[in-house]
Amino acid sequence: MSVQTEGTDTAGGPAVRKATAAPPPGGAHAGPAAPARRGAAAPYLLLLPALLVTAVLLGWPLVKNGMLSFQNLNPRQLIQHLTEWNGVANYTEVLGGSDFWHVVERSVFFTAANVVLIMGLGTLIGLLLARLGRRMRLLLLLGLVLAWAMPVIAATTVYQWLFAQRFGVANWVLDKLGWHAMADYNWLGTQFSTFAVVTVLIVWQSIPFVAINLYAATTTIPRELYEAASLDGAGAWQSFTSVTFPFLRPFLYATTFLEVIWVFKAFPQIFAMNEGGPDRLTETLPIYAFVEGVGNQHFGVGAAISFLTILVLLVITSYYLRMVLKQEEDEL
Amino acid sequence: MRRSALGRIWPNTIAVVLFVGFVFPVYWMFATAFKPTGDIIAENPVWFPTDVTLSHFTKAVHADHFWTLVLNSVTVTVCSVLLSLVIALFAAFALARMRFKGRRGLIVTFMLAQMAPWEVMIIAIYMLVRDNDMLNSLVPLTAFYAVMVLPLTILTLRGYVAAVPKELEESAMVDGCTRTQAFVRVIFPLLAPGLMATSLFGFITAWNEFPLVLILNKDIGKQTLPLWLSQFRTAFGDDWGATMAASSLFALPILILFIFLQRKAVSGLTDGAVKG
Repeated sequence: MSVQTEGTDTAGGPAVRKATAAPPPGGAHAGPAAPARRGAAAPYLLLLPALLVTAVLLGWPLVKNGMLSFQNLNPRQLIQHLTEWNGVANYTEVLGGSDFWHVVERSVFFTAANVVLIMGLGTLIGLLLARLGRRMRLLLLLGLVLAWAMPVIAATTVYQWLFAQRFGVANWVLDKLGWHAMADYNWLGTQFSTFAVVTVLIVWQSIPFVAINLYAATTTIPRELYEAASLDGAGAWQSFTSVTFPFLRPFLYATTFLEVIWVFKAFPQIFAMNEGGPDRLTETLPIYAFVEGVGNQHFGVGAAISFLTILVLLVITSYYLRMVLKQEEDEL
Repeated sequence: MRRSALGRIWPNTIAVVLFVGFVFPVYWMFATAFKPTGDIIAENPVWFPTDVTLSHFTKAVHADHFWTLVLNSVTVTVCSVLLSLVIALFAAFALARMRFKGRRGLIVTFMLAQMAPWEVMIIAIYMLVRDNDMLNSLVPLTAFYAVMVLPLTILTLRGYVAAVPKELEESAMVDGCTRTQAFVRVIFPLLAPGLMATSLFGFITAWNEFPLVLILNKDIGKQTLPLWLSQFRTAFGDDWGATMAASSLFALPILILFIFLQRKAVSGLTDGAVKG
């Protein structure tokens, strides 16, 4: 997806949630017998359209992806509409080659670096928001919201311009700061520097979500807890470790998982920045699947890579959901 | 608690530095778009444009197919959001107001669907769409975007429906309304702000979507703005003024929507553990 505008269930949840009242005891609200029986099918009928479109447009492509990954599907088969099953050949090809494992390693490092930066800086900025006065807080919030709202492709284009070899602001600043080698530096020329630009872009776009939600969560910490801590003689640092941090821990866990999922499958930023280049050196798993599958027209192999990526994401996602569901057992 | 003067100054200083850091790329996009080319390709950046020109915007707007692409983007976005709102409204009502077997399981299903890795499913989607002879068409785009935003729409609307006091509905029914009438006359008007906020995120998703249109629609007459924007710079030979003007045009509707609806939408969103 797409939009980096999502929420987590946190202590900072809205008042709306409270309205989800407990079910009426013993069906006290059920009307006379006949409408109640007729009403038994109603929820399923209301849910039918949603379930149907989800099954057809989400479920079926997932199944199809699995099926494609066991097929020999190159331009010839594609054009002639041939279905050639080739067992696990795609998987042995993918898993047996060194390319795939390089990409996996790269994806893991890329994701780790981004998530560490996002969570670290996002948390610090969130705590700063809580400490600022009203006016300064509004100012910083405005900045964060602007970065958050910026459409991904527009942001990617702007970052290409900021880091442009000629007339880019980044190079000018680095040059003025005394690093003259950077005066005409080509950021998209090497693997590391391309990843650096993409990382700055993703971190810039992701911090607002973490910082704003974290700030919202801190506002729900009961004041009495701090008073009790200071009565016990706790200093600023101790009251942070004994009150603030434990309170925010569930939020931080959940958000870290979300960011891992989101960065791991990031597609537009990397692709629109440099199409996985230079020399295919910045292809992470989703880009690698796309380039192998569509670019090089090895659709079966691409599907196998996709399927492996989906499995990884599914494991992370189910971990995340288990955690979130445990936190709000009573609210479903 | 007393704080030293230094203790009051440093958080504010950091806040200002951060504000500048977060705003700068957005500012620079607009500033570049309005600057004459001479100021854009200057040895020292012109931080505040003094001469303002609209020529870059003219160039972007007159690029081939621009208005077709705008129309495509608007059509796909509006249709997919409306489609998902209608479908989601039924589902959200059932999930928020009714007790039935499998309800919890369904909510978890929608949460899982919300995190579907669409970016990684594009090869399979391409094959399916191609097998149905629908490449280079806005119909599959609309349908897939609707499903992309559907789970989030359902989960968010569920919160808004649940927030309408049950008593309102019941008293309408006591006054002789059927359940459907009660919904249409009582709940629906109260849901309006929720619908607005929910649709914002659908709008952003559909407006920004990139991987699917990249693979499905090779015909430029059937593409959408994100794809056009991503290829703009190459097409215009590093004309940064025009590129930034194009970016500004693309980003502006979303920035405006977001700032207006942000507060409402964020509080509604936190209701249904979600991430795109």
